[in-house]
Amino acid sequence: MIEIDNITKIYDGRAAVEAVSMTIESATITAIVGTSGSGKSTLLRMINRLVEPTTGQVRINGEPTAGLPKNALRRRIGYAIQGHGLFPHHTVAKNISAVPRLLGWHKDKIHARVNELLELFSMPPDEFRDRYPAELSGGQQQRVGVARALASRPDLLLMDEPFGALDPIIRTRAQADLHRIQRTLGSTILLVTHDMEEAIQLGDQVAVMDQGQLVQHGTPAEIITNPATEFVAEMVGGVDRPLRLLSLLSVSQILENGTAEGDPLDEKSSLREALSVCLWSGRSALPVERNGSPIGRVTLEAIRSRAEGTHEPG
Amino acid sequence: MPNRIKSVVSGPGLLFASLGLVALFAPFLTLAANRIVAGEGVRVWDVAGPEAIIPGMVGVVIGLALGLPSAWQSVRFTGSLVGIAALVWLLMQGSTSLLEGAGTYARVSLGSGFWCLLAILLLLAADALSSLSPGPKMRSALLAVAIIVSALVLWSGALTDLSIFREYANRQDAFFNAAWRHLGLAFGSLVVAAAIGFPLGVYCHRNQGLRGAVLPVLSFLQTIPSLAMFGIMIPLLAWVGSTIPGARELGVVGIGFLPAFLALVIYSLLPVVANTVAGLEATPILTLDAARGMGMTRHQRLKQIQLPLGLPVMLAGLRIVLVQNIGLAVIAGLIGGGGFGTFVFQGLNQTATDLILLGALPTVILALISAITMDILVELARPNQMRHG
Ligand SMILES: Nc1ncnc2c1ncn2[C@@H]1O[C@H](COP(=O)(O)OP(=O)(O)O)[C@@H](O)[C@H]1O
Ligand SMILES: [Mg+2]
Repeated sequence: MIEIDNITKIYDGRAAVEAVSMTIESATITAIVGTSGSGKSTLLRMINRLVEPTTGQVRINGEPTAGLPKNALRRRIGYAIQGHGLFPHHTVAKNISAVPRLLGWHKDKIHARVNELLELFSMPPDEFRDRYPAELSGGQQQRVGVARALASRPDLLLMDEPFGALDPIIRTRAQADLHRIQRTLGSTILLVTHDMEEAIQLGDQVAVMDQGQLVQHGTPAEIITNPATEFVAEMVGGVDRPLRLLSLLSVSQILENGTAEGDPLDEKSSLREALSVCLWSGRSALPVERNGSPIGRVTLEAIRSRAEGTHEPG
Repeated sequence: MPNRIKSVVSGPGLLFASLGLVALFAPFLTLAANRIVAGEGVRVWDVAGPEAIIPGMVGVVIGLALGLPSAWQSVRFTGSLVGIAALVWLLMQGSTSLLEGAGTYARVSLGSGFWCLLAILLLLAADALSSLSPGPKMRSALLAVAIIVSALVLWSGALTDLSIFREYANRQDAFFNAAWRHLGLAFGSLVVAAAIGFPLGVYCHRNQGLRGAVLPVLSFLQTIPSLAMFGIMIPLLAWVGSTIPGARELGVVGIGFLPAFLALVIYSLLPVVANTVAGLEATPILTLDAARGMGMTRHQRLKQIQLPLGLPVMLAGLRIVLVQNIGLAVIAGLIGGGGFGTFVFQGLNQTATDLILLGALPTVILALISAITMDILVELARPNQMRHG
């Protein structure tokens, strides 16, 4: 558990981050979202003390970070940034093993860990270990950057716009990958983004920042249905809000008994997909299946009532 | 048709061949009654009998002709070697035969025709080599072979009849002393400048204020003309030697090795410091941020990231310094600092051209070898960023 306790950073008399407090539960993703200059990076960098707070405290599992030696602290915390920051003169394997080498891990353990991570990121070790960053695609470089940040099994992974340099198609895949890996490893992730879509997709919790202040902190559904300020409402986007809400819910959550005509939908599909199929095929109900066998149906009516946002999602 | 010829014949090759043919008509050697007076030019076909001249001239012409085809760079390179070998052959034959019966004090010197042909053939070699773009290993091998072959030719005594070698023979010991002195001045000042400039560069990189103070001062020192710099050193060190007790006993005097050495060190500092700073700054800012964020200490970042990535730029600074100092060290001859400059200034005093050459030629060759060697080192220092790159 990471506790950020009333933390402030003043630059030249102006607060870049002002009195932010929040608690991050282990094994969750928290997305910090806000416009450029709102203090997201500064907040993130105060956690691994790349920036020293002017006042306030950060505690990791109850232990204040201010009392720890800086470099030892940073070696316990993964750090991945936009544009990856890989070492251009080190191979993929050497890049990934950077922190384990700093920690003095045994050679065999490092070798095995690098292979394990490469496989986790669907990059066959035989093919990729000895490549240099310049020999990788943008998406592969980004994955190596994240693998490097995860290499020493850190308590916490900090990510500053990790997908910012990727084109939209690859970005979607990278986000899905990160989500899968976080669930597999049970990592605690604090991720900075300026993209509300990304925050909602990835975050178990979303923290919205505006001019150095934390204006709202809650689940994606809370942020969408109950924006705390004008600014949050604007970030969430008036027109898209119903669709965003639907994309958070899965078909299984409004499953009804009964049958319907046409091609079935998997129960894990989002309501947004279900809506899109309904409209496209002109049907008012769709059959739903689990592992290929029918389990019920979902109706356009039920989707619509969810989109109106009056129900708190279960 | 003309287009086809153009694509088959290398443009520079054609230029070299035409210039070379013209240069064949210029005086190849000169014959003088003694080492001071100006000599009479002798054209290449007059320097010796036909049995010696014909193979030599044929060699030069073949060499130039091999430089023509644009497609085969290795043939062009071979052509330049054939041409240079023919020039050496003509020198050997010509110097010996011209001196026969010309009197005890007669001297044979290199003429404008020889210099032009040599320059043209070297340009041809450089042109072909730059197209071949050999890797660092191949370049080192070529350099080594060139040095060994030249040394063998010189040691064989085949060229001893040339005036420049007469000058050498008359002061063999002085020549080697001068050579050691020259190397000592150039490399010694490089080592000292690197020992001072490298840490200074690291501190300048870390401290913006220090950089703002140091770099302008070094730039100013760099702009002092070399003669003035050597001139300033004389009274300065003389003063130090006479005021600070014990300094004179340590060899601090106004003229000689020390002032020359110090002047060279001062000139070397700017390239070393500026390139060290530039090299350390070559690391992308994000790479450095990542390194800091993962808990690398400042020392680890310097050693594992910034130095390897900046090494080529830093070595390029040393290359500038070395080549510059080999040239500047000639001026040490003026203030009694020794080195090849001694011969240059003696030669100027005596109007003995070949004595000037005895100082100047080794300096040029030394600078050339150093430049090529340092270029190879710079390339080897470039960190791998591709598996086969
Ligand atoms: N090192 C610094 N010195 C002075 N001001 C800074 C520094 N770093 C950030 N700031 C200022 O703090 C504010 C927040 O910056 P940042 O945390 O980078 O925002 P974000 O990551 O949300 O774009 C900005 O106004 C920025 O100009
Ligand atoms: Mg930022």
